[in-house]
Amino acid sequence: MSARSVDLLVIGAGPAGIAAATEAAGLGLSVSVMDEQSRPGGQIYRGIETASPKRLAVLGKDYAAGRSLTESFRSSAAEYLPDTLVWNIGSDRSVDFSRGGRAQQMNPSAILVATGALERPMPIPGWTLPGVTTAGALQILLKSSGIVRDNCVLAGAGPLLWLVATQMIAAGARPAAIVENLPRGRIVAGLRHLPGALRAREYLFKGLAMIARVKAAGVPVYANATGLAIEGSTQAEAITFSSGGRQHRIETDAIALHQGVVPNQQITRLVGAEHRWDAAQACFHPVLDARFRTSADSIYVAGDGAAINGARPAALQGRLAALLIAEDQGRRVGTERIRRLQAGIARDKSVRPMLETIYAPAPEILAPADSTLICRCEEVTAGEIRSVVDLGAPGPNQIKSMLRAGMGPCQGRVCGLAVAQIIADRKGETPEETGYYRIRPPIKPITLAELAAYAPDEDAPRAASGDAAA
Amino acid sequence: MVPSRARRIEEVRTISFEFEGLAVQAQEGDSVAAALTAAGIVDLRDSPVSGAPRGIYCMMGACFDCLVEIDGQPNRQACMCEVREGLVVRRQQGRAELEL
Amino acid sequence: MTPAGRSGTRGFDLVVVGGGIHGSSAALFASLRGLSVAVLEKDTVARHASGTNAGGVRRLGRHHAEIPISQRSMQIWYGIADLLDDDCGFQIAPQIKVAETDAELAGLSQRAGELQAMGYDHEIILDRAGLRRHLPAISDHAVGGLASLKDGFAQPYKTTFAIQRKAMEKGARFYEHCQAGRIHRSDGVWQVETADGVFAAPRLLNAAGAWAGAIAGALGEAAPVEAIAPMMLVTNRVPHFCDAVVGAAGRPLSFKQMPNGTVVIGGGRRGRADRHANRSEILFNELQLTAETAMSLFPVMRSASIVRSWSGVEGRMPDDIPVIGPSARHEGLYHAFGFSAHGFQMGPGVGELMAELIATGATQAPITPFSIARFAV
Ligand SMILES: Cc1cc2nc3c(=O)[nH]c(=O)nc-3n(C[C@H](O)[C@H](O)[C@H](O)COP(=O)(O)OP(=O)(O)OC[C@H]3O[C@@H](n4cnc5c(N)ncnc54)[C@H](O)[C@@H]3O)c2cc1C
Ligand code: FES
Repeated sequence: MSARSVDLLVIGAGPAGIAAATEAAGLGLSVSVMDEQSRPGGQIYRGIETASPKRLAVLGKDYAAGRSLTESFRSSAAEYLPDTLVWNIGSDRSVDFSRGGRAQQMNPSAILVATGALERPMPIPGWTLPGVTTAGALQILLKSSGIVRDNCVLAGAGPLLWLVATQMIAAGARPAAIVENLPRGRIVAGLRHLPGALRAREYLFKGLAMIARVKAAGVPVYANATGLAIEGSTQAEAITFSSGGRQHRIETDAIALHQGVVPNQQITRLVGAEHRWDAAQACFHPVLDARFRTSADSIYVAGDGAAINGARPAALQGRLAALLIAEDQGRRVGTERIRRLQAGIARDKSVRPMLETIYAPAPEILAPADSTLICRCEEVTAGEIRSVVDLGAPGPNQIKSMLRAGMGPCQGRVCGLAVAQIIADRKGETPEETGYYRIRPPIKPITLAELAAYAPDEDAPRAASGDAAA
Repeated sequence: MVPSRARRIEEVRTISFEFEGLAVQAQEGDSVAAALTAAGIVDLRDSPVSGAPRGIYCMMGACFDCLVEIDGQPNRQACMCEVREGLVVRRQQGRAELEL
Repeated sequence: MTPAGRSGTRGFDLVVVGGGIHGSSAALFASLRGLSVAVLEKDTVARHASGTNAGGVRRLGRHHAEIPISQRSMQIWYGIADLLDDDCGFQIAPQIKVAETDAELAGLSQRAGELQAMGYDHEIILDRAGLRRHLPAISDHAVGGLASLKDGFAQPYKTTFAIQRKAMEKGARFYEHCQAGRIHRSDGVWQVETADGVFAAPRLLNAAGAWAGAIAGALGEAAPVEAIAPMMLVTNRVPHFCDAVVGAAGRPLSFKQMPNGTVVIGGGRRGRADRHANRSEILFNELQLTAETAMSLFPVMRSASIVRSWSGVEGRMPDDIPVIGPSARHEGLYHAFGFSAHGFQMGPGVGELMAELIATGATQAPITPFSIARFAV
């Protein structure tokens, strides 16, 4: 017996993944969707199926819009495998995954990677103390469990920081402060891209409205903050920084950091797809052709895993990718549909150049002080990395061998970009030249017992009837 | 400092589990990490390198800072495991114990 | 590394092709003897087998012919920190091969006897209790073992990188991303063409690992080097429970706990090696067997989690011993390659003897069994 095959395996049940799966199943492809989480929606629509009316009201219209996506996915013929972790993909496209503590294999004809984004690392002194989370974490607590933290300080920059602030306010948990580390002059620089951005002006209006709402609620906003650091011994006790020519110290045991989001590269790196450094977004992207194809045979990427664009374009990309995959597999697909999706994506993307200019990561985040921890798992500092570069180590993989940076359980998910940037700066080259960690399977830890029981040749059980989207 | 209180904006069905021998109330659908946060517990483990305390960071399964022991199994991501009635959760101290 | 002119010829006493542990170590010892040396590496130093191996510094269980060189190498390992000004993560530790049946133990006893007869006393037999003194966590079914108590392990990349730095300090030059292309000899001088210009020297060392067969072949010497990809697993940090590097008599295994608590498991099972793409791929249906073996010898490992796997491209000879020595065909050409998944420990010793051979034309080391002539057709 050999492992099961499907026409299309979608990895990730966020907007890109479920839109693609729904579309592909509608075109008659056999489709499976795997996701580590227990319910569809991804990070952006976390908890969408279970959120109470109150939570939906607090989280706003854009969030509630996710319901129609998950509903049509649930009623499609796509097979949904929740609580399922993909941990390896072979060069023959065989997919190793774990479900219910059992390692299994599947052989899809095509794979759509829709694993979305991760928050950019924001290494500042004290960022590993309990009580310090990402802004995304704060939002996930609210979306999936209706939990808020009072008196939280939100620090960093990016649209998500403002969105979380407005949602916290709506939920009755006004943040204690916003410490924005945008360098001076960024807004002015961003205005250069205003004419293009006006094509998708509703995004701009929403953004301005969010900022206005936060200020109206009386949340103190510290602009152009520099020198951010968190104090505390066994947990966060205060955040310090300078802003407006003065040094500030705000006592708080709840701090949420944010410095934008970047594509999650684990799977695209694992399959050896080509990546390119994007200086505007200060991150790596998998290189895609116009049909969402990576350089690895029959492996496609849609959504924020390809490049950061947000939820709506992600869903549109998912649909479009599904149509193109179906076409690549010899199905006939309506060209008008393709054209309309392409136009919609282009329109939504027009706001990006402005946002990217304004919210490019602050220089001090990209060049942390020597004593700042960069690799949280193995506790490697920026200074240690620089000193090994000074010895002559050429790149991230040698730094990993020498210092164990990126070798802990998170496998470099959190520190990877920061490490590449620090090395590049020290060597006076671009991160493109420096390169990135080689990502080795399993991309998330599995137990030795599970691997010992692994039997790839046994037929993978199908989703229990309760799981199936059908 | 006004300590930050974590609280819920609504009530759903309550279930209970154990953390370090203490009973913790959770709500259906919570991850272990969310339930602990709501209960005011932020210190989930010691780093295996320096022994420094760690708690949740990303809540989306990326950072592995929330590793705890659940029903005797070490290295479980608290943010990725849903709470069930009667779970026994323990702080993970440094290097996770091997079951002998 | 010196900025290289795009063209022109640079002259040295010795050009080494391959920046693995063997090429780098030969460069170091040749520099110490006063030779000017260039090392050409198509990728980066220690990118392949030498930076990705299991780090076992093992004399235990070696082919009889390798023992003298391995013994000499061990002496260099004991002083490696002073030699390189870097500890290389080297630690002395027992290497133990576990017998799971009485028949296996009998086989091991016979080997220990043979070595005694040859005058070597580093391998000793452990009985049931002796085995448990060294390995308290070993499974009940293990009956005994063969041990070499003063072997050890080191960190492969750290070691090879330290050898490179010391060689550079002694004057050797390393050219990375510099692939040796066409090689020919004129007027007694080897000319190695690269995209960075021509490197010329009267003596040339082929230490190109899995790629060395092609180089030897182009120079008219048959060397059937197979590219293999031994695979390794590493776990999360677990409490200290094992001091020795452990193998098994009846199945492929190499198992050790690092000082940081992680357990590195490998030995024998192979992935897919792609010499042309410079890559290797992990095959989990093979690693499954490794996991099974590790768990059956150390049941405590059940709940450990595998954090990562890796493999590297290594050159293997059909008879599982390397090619070491002068060319059988050309004057001024030397070979050191095909270490068949156990060349890390031999790196310092082979580097030293190659430097002696190249600088003086002779070596005391018994290298006849490793001659490339054994593959001549
Ligand atoms: C996973 C694994 C585990 C192992 N475990 C152990 C162990 O525990 N103990 C032990 O003793 N041994 C072990 N070994 C074996 C050991 O690593 C090797 O025998 C040893 O490192 C070989 O060194 P090398 O210098 O011959 O090869 P390499 O390190 O492969 O070096 C050869 C170099 O030559 C370069 N090259 C090739 N062609 C050209 C060209 N045309 N121009 C320029 N450069 C070129 C290559 O890029 C490469 O860097 C293991 C090997 C592997 C892969
Ligand atoms: S909090 Fe990051 S993995 Fe759980």
